[in-house]
Amino acid sequence: MKKLKNDGTAVNSALLRRPIQRWFPLFLLPTVVAFIIGFVYPFFQGIYLSFCKFTTTSDAAFNGISNYLNALKDATFVHAFWYTALYAVVSLLIINILAFLIAYVLTQGIKGSNLFRTVFFMPNLIGGIVLGYIWSMIFDGILSRYGTSILLETKYGFWGLIILMCWQQIGYMMIIYIAGLQAVPEDLIEAAKIDGATKWQTLIHVTIPNVMPSITICTFLTLTNGFKLFDQNLALTGGQPFSFMADGTIVKTTEMLALNIYNTFYGQSASARGVAQAKAVLFFILVAVISLIQLKTTKEKEVQQ
Amino acid sequence: MKKKNVLALMLVGSMCATLFAGCGSTSTASSDTKEETKEETTTEATTETADAAEDTASGSGSVYWLNFKPEADEALQGIAATYTEQTGVEVKVVTAASGTYEQTLTSEMDKSAAPTLFVIGNQGSVSTWGDYAIDLKGTDVYNELNTDSFTLYDADGKAVSIGYCYESYGIIVNKTLLAQAGYSIDDITNFETLKAVADDIHARAAELGFDAFTSSGMDDSSSWRFSGHLANLPLYYEEQADGWTEAPSEIKGTYLEYFKNVWDLYTTDTAIDKSTLATGGYDAEAEFKNGEAVFYQNGTWEYSALSEVYSNDELSMIPIYCGADGEENAGLCSGTENCWAVNAKASEEDQKATLDFMYWLVTSEEGTKMMAEQFGAIPYKGAAESDNVFLADSNRLLSEGKYNVDWAFNYTPNVDEWRAGVVAAMNQYDAGGDWSTVETAFVQGWATQYAAANQ
Repeated sequence: MKKLKNDGTAVNSALLRRPIQRWFPLFLLPTVVAFIIGFVYPFFQGIYLSFCKFTTTSDAAFNGISNYLNALKDATFVHAFWYTALYAVVSLLIINILAFLIAYVLTQGIKGSNLFRTVFFMPNLIGGIVLGYIWSMIFDGILSRYGTSILLETKYGFWGLIILMCWQQIGYMMIIYIAGLQAVPEDLIEAAKIDGATKWQTLIHVTIPNVMPSITICTFLTLTNGFKLFDQNLALTGGQPFSFMADGTIVKTTEMLALNIYNTFYGQSASARGVAQAKAVLFFILVAVISLIQLKTTKEKEVQQ
Repeated sequence: MKKKNVLALMLVGSMCATLFAGCGSTSTASSDTKEETKEETTTEATTETADAAEDTASGSGSVYWLNFKPEADEALQGIAATYTEQTGVEVKVVTAASGTYEQTLTSEMDKSAAPTLFVIGNQGSVSTWGDYAIDLKGTDVYNELNTDSFTLYDADGKAVSIGYCYESYGIIVNKTLLAQAGYSIDDITNFETLKAVADDIHARAAELGFDAFTSSGMDDSSSWRFSGHLANLPLYYEEQADGWTEAPSEIKGTYLEYFKNVWDLYTTDTAIDKSTLATGGYDAEAEFKNGEAVFYQNGTWEYSALSEVYSNDELSMIPIYCGADGEENAGLCSGTENCWAVNAKASEEDQKATLDFMYWLVTSEEGTKMMAEQFGAIPYKGAAESDNVFLADSNRLLSEGKYNVDWAFNYTPNVDEWRAGVVAAMNQYDAGGDWSTVETAFVQGWATQYAAANQ
């Protein structure tokens, strides 16, 4: 083996490397501790609390799986689940299709592309609650001309939220798609052109397979964002309109899962806090499973460059 | 391929992390608000905490009051400083941001330095927080009460919390404008006369330059005036008829007609189009201050804001007349949600320090003066006079032998959820829907929430 010339200053010198190898746990410690305090402990505490009856988290009494049974029996939770699922799917499709289209157009060398990119990205910088209230005024400004309001029809609330989230998220996804599109090798596209492929064929068979990693990320983000949506939902409709079922259940027709959990926790008596916690754990499992499935299916379609 | 696995793992990790932020938001969000409030309220919060900790260690006890009225915060900070100056006992006052009391209380109670003095304002809150409160019966401050009607008891008869002030609400009248329209408050003695006056003012609104009622916005900043306070009327008359002694598991809604009467009046005799109420965004207080309307349903707590513009002679508060039989004899709706509870999990020294502080507030000169200024009427023997004209109206009506309309809504199960349902139904009604939706939300909603709260 050739002996390396070592004057003790090279980055890979044994003098530098050995202490790092020996002491790396010490350097990792702050991060690990922060991770445990901020993530690991609360996560398991949360799971534990879902099996408890409690008013404050430090003072909980174990009560088995009854919280889970109550959560699953809760018609509002079931409604919120299906409503959220519908919302997530619709917003996933619309946001990604539009974001991709805009990204595609803005990578065609149009004048002022940078300006457009900046403008489209900007809605992301506004907080969800503020957006919700602003858009509720915009929608009502229009709907009040027809003697109605976004709070009065479930479909207005649904599409209102879709429009709001499209407005907010398309710019963000667009940036990711632009990065992906710019990374598609020129020579591949040129080769396709020489082979006589039309623009459409180039897009479908060359460009899209090559931006699959971006599509994976964007669908992942929009899907999880859709499921976790809270601020905008709270500010735009807060669950209105309600529908009053024959058995006395009150279903907040535009209430999504996260808001349902929040309302269960704070809107009801202490006995419901464990139920809200159980809902939150179910919610976690649900989102985790769905995103894993989504990641797996989209990643299978990625091509290696 | 390996790279991709790593990528996938990272994505899943980041997903978990973001998700987790969702799960944990209950506590983090409220501690955020708490931090904000803390900064707003006490700049020396940290030093005070440190001092408090030292005091506890040395065994003298300290007070930590989690206040729920943002408007009283400034005065409370002052009175806390005065008390510390006089007795050397540390008093820390933290105010929860408007509408976040429950969240703030939940996170604060989890801490080692939990509030020693907090608010349990209604029966629902008693069932949630009752275990955290000591029995106040027989304490010095309890013995200073001049009435037991604001004391909240749990099922075992423990005095969980005692009122530290009470409030009245009704219809605030701008007497100057009313006179301009050619009426005086003596013309209004029941729902019919109220409606006649309001209808007439509304009909002549263009000529008079003002309308009868201020806006009745149904956004969160205003809807409680109706889903909470106005809804008290049908609840009160049902309470009287059926003799409630505890929260009923279901109600009949026998007197909902009264609620409809008044609501129709509010939404008709006003300059505001009722189809726009659902989203709200109106400021009824400003409308009243600008002299845009004669009547404004609100309570004694509005006095300090309105007295900036109007003199005592121009303001009056009349009962909310709703069409009940014999309502000529009705007084204002008086009651309270402001009830002190002392933390049962605090150390004995802290409990004692807290009880001493409460006693001082309702007996000492500075204490009672501040209480009268900030909270109006307090139900204690040594109460100081208040110049709040609405309270004077309330007391005058009672001394004339009119009956007090108590706060029957304190029985409401899962009060926020129940009210949210009523608001949603009222919005549908305002948009041309059927009144039966409101009835369902009112009656069936009660039964549903009662079942949910007592499962």
